[in-house]
Amino acid sequence: MKDWPLWEVFIRSKNGLEHRHCGSLHATDAQMALENARDVYTRRSEGVSIWVVPSAMITASQPEESGELFEPAADKAYRHPTFYVLPDELKHM
Amino acid sequence: MSKELIQYICTVADNNLILGQRLGELCGHGPNIETDIALTNIGLDLFGQVRSYFQYAAKLEGGNSSEDTFAFLRKENEYKNVLLVEQPNTDFAYTIVRQFLYDVYHIRFMENLQKSSDETLAAIAAKGVKEVAYHARFSADWVRRLGDGTEESHRRAQQALDDLYTYTDELFHQNESELSLVNAGIAVNTAQFKSDYYQTIHAVFAEATLTVPDQKYFLKGGKKGIHSEHMGYILTEMQYMQRTYPNMQW
Amino acid sequence: MSEMEIKSLEERFNQRIANDEKIEAKDWMPEKYRKTHIRQISQHAHSEIVGMLPEGNWITRCPTLRRKVALLAKVQDEGGHGLYLYSAAETLGISREELIDQLLSGEAKYSSIFNYPALTWADMGAIGWLVDGAAIMNQVALINTSYGPYSRAMIRICKEESFHQRQGYEIMMALMNGTQEQRDMAQDALNRWWWPSLMMFGPRDAESPNTEQSMRWKLKRKTNDELRQAFVDQTVPQAELIGLRIPDDKLKWNEERKHYDFGDIDWEEFWQVVNGHGPCNKQRLEARRKAHEDGAWVRDAAMAYAEKHANKTYRQAV
Repeated sequence: MKDWPLWEVFIRSKNGLEHRHCGSLHATDAQMALENARDVYTRRSEGVSIWVVPSAMITASQPEESGELFEPAADKAYRHPTFYVLPDELKHM
Repeated sequence: MSKELIQYICTVADNNLILGQRLGELCGHGPNIETDIALTNIGLDLFGQVRSYFQYAAKLEGGNSSEDTFAFLRKENEYKNVLLVEQPNTDFAYTIVRQFLYDVYHIRFMENLQKSSDETLAAIAAKGVKEVAYHARFSADWVRRLGDGTEESHRRAQQALDDLYTYTDELFHQNESELSLVNAGIAVNTAQFKSDYYQTIHAVFAEATLTVPDQKYFLKGGKKGIHSEHMGYILTEMQYMQRTYPNMQW
Repeated sequence: MSEMEIKSLEERFNQRIANDEKIEAKDWMPEKYRKTHIRQISQHAHSEIVGMLPEGNWITRCPTLRRKVALLAKVQDEGGHGLYLYSAAETLGISREELIDQLLSGEAKYSSIFNYPALTWADMGAIGWLVDGAAIMNQVALINTSYGPYSRAMIRICKEESFHQRQGYEIMMALMNGTQEQRDMAQDALNRWWWPSLMMFGPRDAESPNTEQSMRWKLKRKTNDELRQAFVDQTVPQAELIGLRIPDDKLKWNEERKHYDFGDIDWEEFWQVVNGHGPCNKQRLEARRKAHEDGAWVRDAAMAYAEKHANKTYRQAV
């Protein structure tokens, strides 16, 4: 006997907002995953749109790579507005 | 007119009530959590519709009647649900095939009830039709999975179909008072979608590699209040509180 | 990895938790952290699933339609919560099937409270009010637990459970506003559920060896005794408000401590039920086992169907 595969569920709570990961569930195929997601994760009108993705299809960055992937961005202060010095009189820019 | 209308509402609502009761028995006992939750959702939809129907019936009847006097305080022969919905949860195949045979009827019924000249019934149907569309999709998918799944699931689904098919014809029976409401534009004329119903279920059974039984005789009686032996037990459980502790608020 | 390296990893790991950083599934973690979390999260999940049974026992017998839909939705929620928690446990590298096997073999535990029978309609009130009330105290504290997936599941669960306790209390309230017979039914349910509810918080702190470690990992934010005290303090006024009497002669407000003093828990009964000899232990596991075994051919069928039709796009049903 084979276990039903695991799927990740993403829900858009209303138009204008992005889909957000909200959990996972088991299903045998995409259609069932969608229906199970509807029954499990939108019981209280949490969503207007659902994405389901087989968990095994997601490629993830590894925590060990975090240093090389993310730390180099930390000292690039010039990408942020506060890096630039402007006269105090200028209230909004 | 009002009396006939109340009768009609019961005929319609009792199907949902008894099927919901059957689904309620399964909550916490499904084949896995996902499926358990899905079946309970269907039960909740059905009970929600029942409440709307009976609240309307209680308003028409007046006096001390309420949604609960209709649901819990009638005698067995006053319940007018079809025999199909009182059949037991023998196994998951029975539950699914029973659901499917009802859902395909129910969706067509609701689509038509939306056009009823009775505004309240039309409004209940307009809300319910989306719920029922989902039920039909869910149960049809599962009929395909069971029929065309493994050897065992095929055998069980075929057994369920063989045993339950005999109850389908009763869905389309109309008694005289119902026909007079049809003529008044209130009740749904189920005869007009009977052939469509059978075409649809046969098509899904064919996809599911299931054989439709060559049925000459159909069982009926529930709509006249003559039920199967299961019904007494269903009511014994369902009415337990109201019968044991009459006239109390809960 | 050398022992030294593991030690330094562990130190950094503990530091991260101390700094209120969350641990995520793929992060390095000490083996004991993983194992403890699998145990606690799955125990929590099993409790939700087994917890469906005592209330499920009354779905077909609710006195009104309004109560019926509320109870059905509540029991369904418990299934949902079990599912969220199994999913959180699965991120630690164990499958749902393995977790369920552990439950069915008796290897894994679940909350002992569900080994008590639900005998009357008032038990639906007592369970919602007391059992969910006690569970919520534990769960709210776990929102800030260190393991990300567990914490997120808790956020969702706490949000959804807010109606459960109210549902139970409202049932009790209706009974207390009813006839003498109904009031007796409510009092009887409180009498039977009160002490088992206090037992839900676990052994006394002195006899709870894992507390310190669990505190560090934020699997526990308060000790068993602290939570139990908070529960008593919260619940006594709720009982009084509707005219129920807490079945404890030693219960008394302590002005100095600003807490209620309360009587001794029957720890022998506690251990009896924990060790499998409560009134419904066998029945509960048997029900879970039957559902799982009866469902095997269904799960197989769906899998076989999906494999046969893997290349087909979805067809419109009906």
